[in-house]
Amino acid sequence: MVGMKNILLPDRYVNQVVPTNGFTTLLTFFTSASMAFLIVFSVAISFAADRLAHSWSDSLANSATLRVSAPKADLESQTEAALNVLSNTKGIASFRLLKEEEQQALLEPWFGPKVPINNLPMPRLISIEEDENGYDRAGLRLRLAAEVPSAVLDDHTRWRQPLIKAAYRIWFLGWLSIGLIFFIVIAMMVLVTRAALSSNRKVIEVLRLVGATDQYIAAAFVRKFAFRAFFGSALGAMLASITLFLLPSEVDQTAVLLGLRLEGLEWSWLIVVPLSFFVMTFLTARISSLSILKSLT
Amino acid sequence: MIEMKSVAYSYGEELLSELNVSISQGSFYFLTGPSGSGKTTFLKMCYGSLNPTSGELNVFSRDISELSRDEIAYLRRKIGVVHQDCQFLDHLNVADNIALPIMVSAQNSLSDSVNLKELLNWVGLSHRAKALPPELSGGERQRAALARAIIMSPDVILADEPTGNIDWEMSQRLIRLLIELNHMGKTIVIATHDLNLIRFTKASVQARVLRISNKTVQLAGSDL
Repeated sequence: MVGMKNILLPDRYVNQVVPTNGFTTLLTFFTSASMAFLIVFSVAISFAADRLAHSWSDSLANSATLRVSAPKADLESQTEAALNVLSNTKGIASFRLLKEEEQQALLEPWFGPKVPINNLPMPRLISIEEDENGYDRAGLRLRLAAEVPSAVLDDHTRWRQPLIKAAYRIWFLGWLSIGLIFFIVIAMMVLVTRAALSSNRKVIEVLRLVGATDQYIAAAFVRKFAFRAFFGSALGAMLASITLFLLPSEVDQTAVLLGLRLEGLEWSWLIVVPLSFFVMTFLTARISSLSILKSLT
Repeated sequence: MIEMKSVAYSYGEELLSELNVSISQGSFYFLTGPSGSGKTTFLKMCYGSLNPTSGELNVFSRDISELSRDEIAYLRRKIGVVHQDCQFLDHLNVADNIALPIMVSAQNSLSDSVNLKELLNWVGLSHRAKALPPELSGGERQRAALARAIIMSPDVILADEPTGNIDWEMSQRLIRLLIELNHMGKTIVIATHDLNLIRFTKASVQARVLRISNKTVQLAGSDL
């Protein structure tokens, strides 16, 4: 309690009894800033991956594509037959034959704009949306095989699952990184506390001589570290948020880091990170300094 | 106030043994003996910096070996210590160093204790209040150390070779301050090998001399 009181209440002497060491001050401040920067980025990556996984999972889960590949002469009739089958299938909410321009847009990333697809043996694509009950995939495939042998039903499962799995792996790696960064911060604080106490043996001797308790001495050191870590991490979190803000938006299709941003309540991490740094450095420095002081006779 | 019963201390090899000493309230003691005889160890045991390896040491009627770390810290607030090398925080000025015991005892103001200005004036350091310890002369450092030792109005003042690094004139000045404190009822124990200082003091106050010899303490006769 004394330690907490000393750290929260302004006491000029608690601040002053430990001389300011430029090196440990800078080390604590900039390491905290760097770590907070990385944490905010990892949080953004995790949330982006989570959003991506949900979006793939939700938007593609109830859709399928029917591809009709046939010689040009039979293509129209086969497509008609396929549409006819779909219209008689229970569990399908809607289906739509993709227009020529839409198919062209799908090919644009590979062949460039304005490809004359009329001259290419292009299949016709039908987009299918199922209703809440879903349709019988195996039954539809059998009917298509009988009535439209050139049609292939693609329910996206084959490529959707690995993508979702990959997105969740990124999400997991993001949180693992955050855990590791916090671990590094704790390790750093233990080392910094140990170094500070070792280089201030004389200060400790004097304070003990005049009747300072271990809690008071620990508070004098801990207070410095906790505030340095807090302000350093606040700076790091702020810089990270500015960087995220300046990243290309999702609208910009050329952007590589699509969706790397914080949304809504996720912005609260900018407060959570410095506060958790403060609490973490306070506890770590306090526990390690008390343990070191106990060993110093 | 300070009572030793068969106290011994050993740093691997026995330094002090069979110490049977009783120091009462308001007394004035000198502790003499050759260098390395254990004077500093004796004082360190009295303020809880070292624990006797055997025997019983009671300070303010409490067995020092049974005190917790916090209790030792509280005990030190009732004992003023003046070291030969003074031990200041070099980054704090003289006034802040003197006020340090009050601050660490969680009394966040000086109002209830000795007035710092009066104290600085008493030890003749008013003009040096803002100076840093390395800027002080040997005598000034000793007087600042004495001021720090008494700011909490302790019952006992332990001084370890307080005049070791200062000239005779300054030594006399310092000892007069200690005699004045003794007249106020404080118990004074000074470790020294300066016989002139002991003679000078005995002219003004009834001081007893404890001599460390052959690992133990004996009350010296009137030859000093």
